[in-house]
Amino acid sequence: MLIPMANAPVKHHYKDLIIELLRKELRVRYKRLALGYLWSVMSPLMYAGLYYVVFSKILRIHAENYPLFLVAGLFPWQWMTNTIMAAPTTFISNYQLIKKTLFPRFLIPVVISMQDAIHFLISLPVIILFMILFNGKVTWAWLYAAPLMIFVHFGIAYSLNLMLATLTVFFRDLERFLQIGMAFLFYLTPVLYSETMIPEQYQPLIMYHPFAPLMINWRNLFMTGEIRFDYLLSSLIWCGGIWVVANIIYKRLSWRFAEVL
Amino acid sequence: MAVVEFQNVTKTYPLYHHLHAGLKGFIFNLPSALKGLNSGFTALKDLSFKINEGESVAFIGRNGAGKSTTLSLIAGVIRPTKGQVMVSKRVSPLLELGGGFHHELTGRENIQLNGVLLGLTRRQVAEKLDEIVAFAELGEFIDQPIRSYSTGMIARLGFSVVAHLEPELLLIDEVLAVGDASFQKKCIAKMKQFRDQGVSVVMVSHNAPDIEMLCSRVIWIENHQIVGDGPTSLILPKYLESMK
Repeated sequence: MLIPMANAPVKHHYKDLIIELLRKELRVRYKRLALGYLWSVMSPLMYAGLYYVVFSKILRIHAENYPLFLVAGLFPWQWMTNTIMAAPTTFISNYQLIKKTLFPRFLIPVVISMQDAIHFLISLPVIILFMILFNGKVTWAWLYAAPLMIFVHFGIAYSLNLMLATLTVFFRDLERFLQIGMAFLFYLTPVLYSETMIPEQYQPLIMYHPFAPLMINWRNLFMTGEIRFDYLLSSLIWCGGIWVVANIIYKRLSWRFAEVL
Repeated sequence: MAVVEFQNVTKTYPLYHHLHAGLKGFIFNLPSALKGLNSGFTALKDLSFKINEGESVAFIGRNGAGKSTTLSLIAGVIRPTKGQVMVSKRVSPLLELGGGFHHELTGRENIQLNGVLLGLTRRQVAEKLDEIVAFAELGEFIDQPIRSYSTGMIARLGFSVVAHLEPELLLIDEVLAVGDASFQKKCIAKMKQFRDQGVSVVMVSHNAPDIEMLCSRVIWIENHQIVGDGPTSLILPKYLESMK
């Protein structure tokens, strides 16, 4: 019995594939950056220190518990940025695997996103330390809010990585646009400043921002132990929307990867 | 029983250099870039053949004739533009040698990753790990990143992995050419063993003695088309004659 190759049932053990690919990513990354974990903690901490000096000491903006405010915003932001900025190399740095073996390509974005999620999770003790030092509050809301937030954050980060990684295979200069775009988005997201500092007529726009509701919720969760459900809903809609678009693009283009790489 | 069948397979590649100019180049040269996507370079033209269970077939032809494209089509990593590539339901995974390695990982780590990429479970790979390491005879290099390996050493590792995966259809792209004499001997012994077990072998090679020893059938591709398909003793001399 012969069947078309495109429909051939290639049996793959997804769990084993994810474990091996994740181990590969961690090994490759830790070998290049010997102080891998330290780096993932130090980088947002150093930026937090820098912004603290600039905004609190030089520009004299008054905000309560500003060190915790910065850390609570910058760590989740770092997670998002790391996954997005990894997109241009996600498929390209794995060309040897893609050109020669047949396995579901989206598993590479999956493990790249998982790796950054793991880095975020293991850096949580640092945020908790700041919560202890600067009046952070833990409430029962953590029990359901934290897993939900991690899920939505992962969904948005993974979908964007999948979409941008797919497009970069075909448009190699996308990385440059991405760098500029993320720098813009960083200053247009309430991470360094509070959403209440935004002029009132622009505040409704927050709901239509892909990252702002998510980042505000993260910060509030660490500072006050509460999240806003309208923001969570907005993040969920963004997550679903980007996921659908990313998968359409991926489905249409992924079978050409081995030709282009 | 056939394990692979090509039905009028044509493969054209779009001219991707338009894309390599990047998004900026693509947008600024939109009309010609879109045209480039539709026109293209033909790698294979109307190929039809059938490979039966237990058969050993060698593809021969000049560089750029389309041999490697054929292998990639059988492996399923690329798809035909026209026609159908059919495979037997039983034949999966299809294996290509020396592929699926990551240069930053050690030989041992690559065996684990490669085995799983080719469709095994982690446990199955772990059970065979020692055997594979022993067969590759890489000594202490097995725990070095493979970017420090020579081409011959990578070929050794690739062959060792595939040889222990109990393949049903083996795809081999010029690997025997780069190994040293003693390893070549070992490979050939292993491949004869495969042949006797009824494993189908499809290889691309430029080495006439290897082909004569291992393959009963030769498919000669010239200018992206099949110009000869038959017993090795018949086709190979004609090909060698044409190369003079």
